[in-house]
Amino acid sequence: MITLTHYLVLAAILFSIALVGILRRKNLLMLFFATEIALNAVNIAFSAISKYYGDLTGQLFAFFIVAIAASEVAVGLGLLIIWYKRRGTIDLDSLQSMNG
Amino acid sequence: MVEAVAFYLFAALTIAMFAITVMSKNVLYSMSSLAAGMIFISAFFFLLDADFLGVVQIIVYSGAVMALYAFGMMFFDATKDVKEKNPSKKIVFFLSGMIALLLVIILLSPIISEKVKALYPMSEEVGNAEAVGVVLFTKYLVPFEVAAIMLLVAMIAGIILASKRMDESITLKIDQEIEKEQKGEL
Amino acid sequence: MEKYLLIALFSPLVGSLFAALFGAKPKRLLTGIVTSALLFVSLISSLILLVHIASSDDIVRVKLFDWITVGSLNIPFGFVADQVSVIMMVTVTTVSALVHVYSIGYMEHDKGFNRFFSYLSAFVFSMMVLVMSDNFAGLFIGWEGVGLCSWLLIGFWYHKKDETRDINPSISPSWAANEAFIMNRIADLGMLLGLFLIYWHVGSLQYDVVFAHVDLLNIGLVTLIGIFLFIGAMGKSAQFPLHTWLADAMEGPTPVSALIHAATMVTAGVYLVVRAFPIYSQIPDIGFFIASLGAFVAVFAASMALVNTDLKRIIAYSTLSQLGYMFVAGGLGAYWIALFHLMTHAFFKALLFLGAGNVMHAMNDELNIFKMGGLHKVMKYTAILMIIASLALAGIYPFAGFFSKDKILEVAFDSQHYILWFMLWLGAGMTAFYSFRLIMLVFFGEERYKKYGFHPHEAHWYMLLAMAPLAILAIIAGFFEESFEHFVTKILPEYHFHVHGIVTVALIGVTTLIALSGIAFAIYKYSKGGFSEKWKEHPIYKLLYNQYYIPIIYEKVFTEPYKELSKIAWKELDLRVVDATVDFIANVVYKSGFAGRVVQSGNLSKMLRWMVIGLLVLIVLVIVYSPVR
Repeated sequence: MITLTHYLVLAAILFSIALVGILRRKNLLMLFFATEIALNAVNIAFSAISKYYGDLTGQLFAFFIVAIAASEVAVGLGLLIIWYKRRGTIDLDSLQSMNG
Repeated sequence: MVEAVAFYLFAALTIAMFAITVMSKNVLYSMSSLAAGMIFISAFFFLLDADFLGVVQIIVYSGAVMALYAFGMMFFDATKDVKEKNPSKKIVFFLSGMIALLLVIILLSPIISEKVKALYPMSEEVGNAEAVGVVLFTKYLVPFEVAAIMLLVAMIAGIILASKRMDESITLKIDQEIEKEQKGEL
Repeated sequence: MEKYLLIALFSPLVGSLFAALFGAKPKRLLTGIVTSALLFVSLISSLILLVHIASSDDIVRVKLFDWITVGSLNIPFGFVADQVSVIMMVTVTTVSALVHVYSIGYMEHDKGFNRFFSYLSAFVFSMMVLVMSDNFAGLFIGWEGVGLCSWLLIGFWYHKKDETRDINPSISPSWAANEAFIMNRIADLGMLLGLFLIYWHVGSLQYDVVFAHVDLLNIGLVTLIGIFLFIGAMGKSAQFPLHTWLADAMEGPTPVSALIHAATMVTAGVYLVVRAFPIYSQIPDIGFFIASLGAFVAVFAASMALVNTDLKRIIAYSTLSQLGYMFVAGGLGAYWIALFHLMTHAFFKALLFLGAGNVMHAMNDELNIFKMGGLHKVMKYTAILMIIASLALAGIYPFAGFFSKDKILEVAFDSQHYILWFMLWLGAGMTAFYSFRLIMLVFFGEERYKKYGFHPHEAHWYMLLAMAPLAILAIIAGFFEESFEHFVTKILPEYHFHVHGIVTVALIGVTTLIALSGIAFAIYKYSKGGFSEKWKEHPIYKLLYNQYYIPIIYEKVFTEPYKELSKIAWKELDLRVVDATVDFIANVVYKSGFAGRVVQSGNLSKMLRWMVIGLLVLIVLVIVYSPVR
């Protein structure tokens, strides 16, 4: 029997994978991918909870998250393209203009 | 039984796909596996009786977002890998692993289910898409409209940022360039 | 009548504010004239009130508004003109108005002319608040107000440099002003405690309420209240041991000495004792202590005046001594006599000071009386006025001092405190001696000033004119004794003499005798060139001349240890503990900021790493503080 906990643990694992991506990669595009993974992990958790409590709110939140992810991609990619045109690279370290 | 099989199958597939996404050095591989992972995730939605969300997942992610990435990547030299030097893999994996572990610990502990009450209970009589539609257009109408506007804004922003005057940046001029332009005009 | 009360109270304030408008400007004669005119307005209003009260026995009360209302504490801003306060009002406004006119001449070359009149009128306003208030809180406000104005006026020539104690006993005007202020603060603490006690046990500060409840209070408590209030009076009236400031206060301009440090402010302590007579008549022991202290100060101060060479200081010590007389009367329950002596003393002492001011002016601010002499030839009128004042001070019939001072001696004898009487009698002789020593050295004898190259001249006619009413009052005020007694004893308790007839006459005779012999001795001795130089080597002379070494003792016992303590507090406590703590905190912040600077590298992946660490910490916290385990 698959319980809520199964889904939540899956979501946690997916989220950790996204974290690995965020921490490990220096390619800005990969960062975007990792962010998508994180968002999807949360989506799974939301709809699982929604199902097991018989409440539609979780699904609707997941729905809105999808909308936000879509807009994020649109704007983020635009910025990324501009950055690439400026610097010719999408290396994360090239963003650093301030030296602490 | 079928549900359990499906769950474990898709869970394994999704984790594998996303692991490839994160680990792969080739951006193209990453993107392909990400698209695959997205489709596998929609399977969970179907399993969870969230049919509408599953469909949206496939359309938006696998269709729109992935297409956007694919087109966006055309602007970059996809074959030229970004040279990544990571300070230490140990830290990364330690942090992520710890978070995963802790989250799992949290989630494995029993949840106090009695205290949770359904605001918009699912009903057996109507289908999922219909139920979502009803709630979306009654209770969540304003957020829905805001989301629509947000998408419109994002679309306009994306177009302007990426398309206009491809050879020149409109927002990120460095100071010397501005000075040069001014001198040229003068 | 309320109208006149308010006019009498507020016209000095108006004058002060008017003069303050020109405070930083060069001299404007207008400020002096306006403030003086307003003072005369106040004087006339006070006189109208006096006549009104005398004719109708109607006590005028005005409640302007509620001033402090907190919980059960309710202090109205109220004023009263009854028999006692109206006497004080008339005395204060008379002397003030005349001193204002005099000051126009005295301060004519001073840069701070406008400022001076602003301060002086502000002082009169504070004094009026003090005497007219119908509650202890208002009295305290006036009390502090006169203290402040006194500080401003003593330190009026604040720009004068510090000198050593050998050259100038009070070092500098600003030093003297601070001394006066600080000593008064010490005494005011006592007074405040007294007020707190009154409020704590009576629940009100209104005179009427407090005095109505005094009988009901525990006698120990009343004693404590009496002691505390008298400590306040000791500071203001410069009684031993808080007396040193009065002599040093002579650093201020002479009209200030005349008005504040002779006629009005220093008598506020006596006024307080008289005003609070229901308290003091409950506690005769404290009254006896007050009387003893007063008698002691009367002799103690007079002895210092005997040898001093400073014109103003001699008069200041004489003020101190006369205040002692007033306290004897007040302490022995003869409140109306204390008030009577207060009034007559205000007139002749102000006159004496203003005369001294004329002399100082003539001598270019020289104060050493051994550098003067024979001045009566050039300053005839001043000499006459000062002789009148000195006769009044010495208590010679028919001058005002005779009536009031003799009454005090009679009271001391009558209440069978023969030692007090003897001390006062001795004091009377000393008073007569030093007064005429002063007169002889300044106005008669060899013209020593020529040696020092002074060119004395008589003062302006209007200055002399301003002194004339005081001289007239110094002569005739004594004859109002009967009506005065009748008037103020409507409020104050009467004093019943037990001795009559021949004893009284004998007392008057003995007192007059010693006064006359003091005068005669002074005239005889100083017309022959004074005492020999050998006296100056005598230990008693040195003791008296150095004011019993009290200022030096105070400096050694209080000032210097306090200075050392402050130094320790500064170097050990402030620098090592307080500053070090603050520096330590600053260093920690600075260094941790320097160390933590690395976090803000601007590198996105590093930031992300920190974010994840934060997330980890949060999750740990969630687990630790989770409601369900």
